Amino acid sequence: MANSDAIVGWKTITFGCHILEPGNAANFRTGDWRSQRPVVDKEKCIKCGMCWVFCPDMAYSQDEDGYFVVDLEYCKGCGICAHECPKDAITMVPEEG
Amino acid sequence: MSKRVGIEVSIAIAEAVGLARAEVIPAYPITPQTHIVEHLSEMVANGEVDAEFVPVESEHAAMSCCCGSIAAGARTFTSSSSQGLSLMSEILYIPSTMRLPIVMVVANRAMSAPISIWNDHQDIMVQRDIGWIQTFAENGQEAVDLTLHAFRVAEDRNVSLPMIVNIDGFTLSHVIEPIELPDQEEVDKFLPPFKPRYKLDPRRPISMGPVGIPEVYTEAKVAHDKAMKKAKRYILKAWDEFEEIFGRKYNPVESYRTEDAEVLLVTMGSISETAMTAVDAMRDAGQKVGLLRIRLWRPFPGQEFRKAVGKAKVLAVIDRCLPPGALCGPVGAELRSLFYKIPGAPKIFSFVAGLGGRDVTVERFEEIVDKARAFAKKRPRELYEVIGVREK
Ligand code: SF4
Ligand code: SF4
Repeated sequence: MANSDAIVGWKTITFGCHILEPGNAANFRTGDWRSQRPVVDKEKCIKCGMCWVFCPDMAYSQDEDGYFVVDLEYCKGCGICAHECPKDAITMVPEEG
Repeated sequence: MSKRVGIEVSIAIAEAVGLARAEVIPAYPITPQTHIVEHLSEMVANGEVDAEFVPVESEHAAMSCCCGSIAAGARTFTSSSSQGLSLMSEILYIPSTMRLPIVMVVANRAMSAPISIWNDHQDIMVQRDIGWIQTFAENGQEAVDLTLHAFRVAEDRNVSLPMIVNIDGFTLSHVIEPIELPDQEEVDKFLPPFKPRYKLDPRRPISMGPVGIPEVYTEAKVAHDKAMKKAKRYILKAWDEFEEIFGRKYNPVESYRTEDAEVLLVTMGSISETAMTAVDAMRDAGQKVGLLRIRLWRPFPGQEFRKAVGKAKVLAVIDRCLPPGALCGPVGAELRSLFYKIPGAPKIFSFVAGLGGRDVTVERFEEIVDKARAFAKKRPRELYEVIGVREK
């Protein structure tokens, strides 16, 4: 589902505005208002997964090598991961434009 | 068989809630509503009602708890008044747009300051636009009947909106009246078990109460407004069904001696009984005066009201609420909108009366009718007048 599909009329909006499809936030680019993004320094990273634990938007997932990578479609740039990383491996970089 | 008993109206309402098989009752006591929830807590404690009584720490918590229990699919009741109702304010808009059919009885009471525990309609007019269906009861029997009706309407899957039954504090809540309490079998026939369209159920997860970004907020509110308008049909249908089972007939607008009337008093709530006595006295004196009583306040029954007015030339509207700085009281303003630019529309004057428990007597109603007649001839400076106010 693309973002524009969410723009419904009063006749088609869900009953009571309920979300009837669990976890449908995954269908939307919830991070496109971000002003800064996390950049992970793999040299410093110890793959502890604290970033994955603390991210409020479940934006991190583990890659084949065990590193945690962020999906920028959902990252809102809050910086919690950078704050929590025990190795200071994450830097918040301003988004351009 | 139903039984006719002499009973305090609050207790009778609690009995009706028990007969309705309410399942969750989160409540906080406040005068003059206390007897309703106090009696319900006793009924629950005695095992007479199979419900969860939640003695919450505030009205804010009461309404929050109601939202949770109704969302989980439990028939939910609470009751409040005045400052307590206002403390619920933040929550009251939520179940209505979310289509959660909580039923609440409001024992109407004035708003502080000055502190007043006595009756008028200012507390509910604060909450006029919360998007709940709202009815006003005239007497104890009606309070019981409208409470049962509220469960039936609110929970109707075609409606699914919360509903308030307004009863005048003290003048209704604390009086003992002969009331016909229906028996369980009749109530069960009228009120099927609550089957919500959606509920919070871990086996079928959904989310309730998400953010409405600017692109959808208006549509959500319009959907609510349309649901309110559509609800009228089911409100009337439930009254028809009520009549079939219990034999008592209710209309959105009640007419009393309106045939050939020139002046019509317009009232809501228990004051209407005095108004009827006043109409009788004025009719005896040869005056063509009648009474319209608004029972259904939201959604406003515009069509029915216009029809009920007929050819009357003057409406003397009693507003039990004084909104400082407004052009006139809320009921007066509503009716002025209804008749604006309608050919042959009656002249409408609002009379603010009965604030903070002040009695409105038969003589006052006569004074109101006289004033309305005079205003119809000579337009007053203000659209409303406060009745019985001392200058010095
Ligand atoms: S919290 Fe820091 S060190 Fe731990 S996995 Fe994430 S980036 Fe690596
Ligand atoms: S910046 Fe915030 S949203 Fe983005 S990945 Fe880090 S914790 Fe998650």
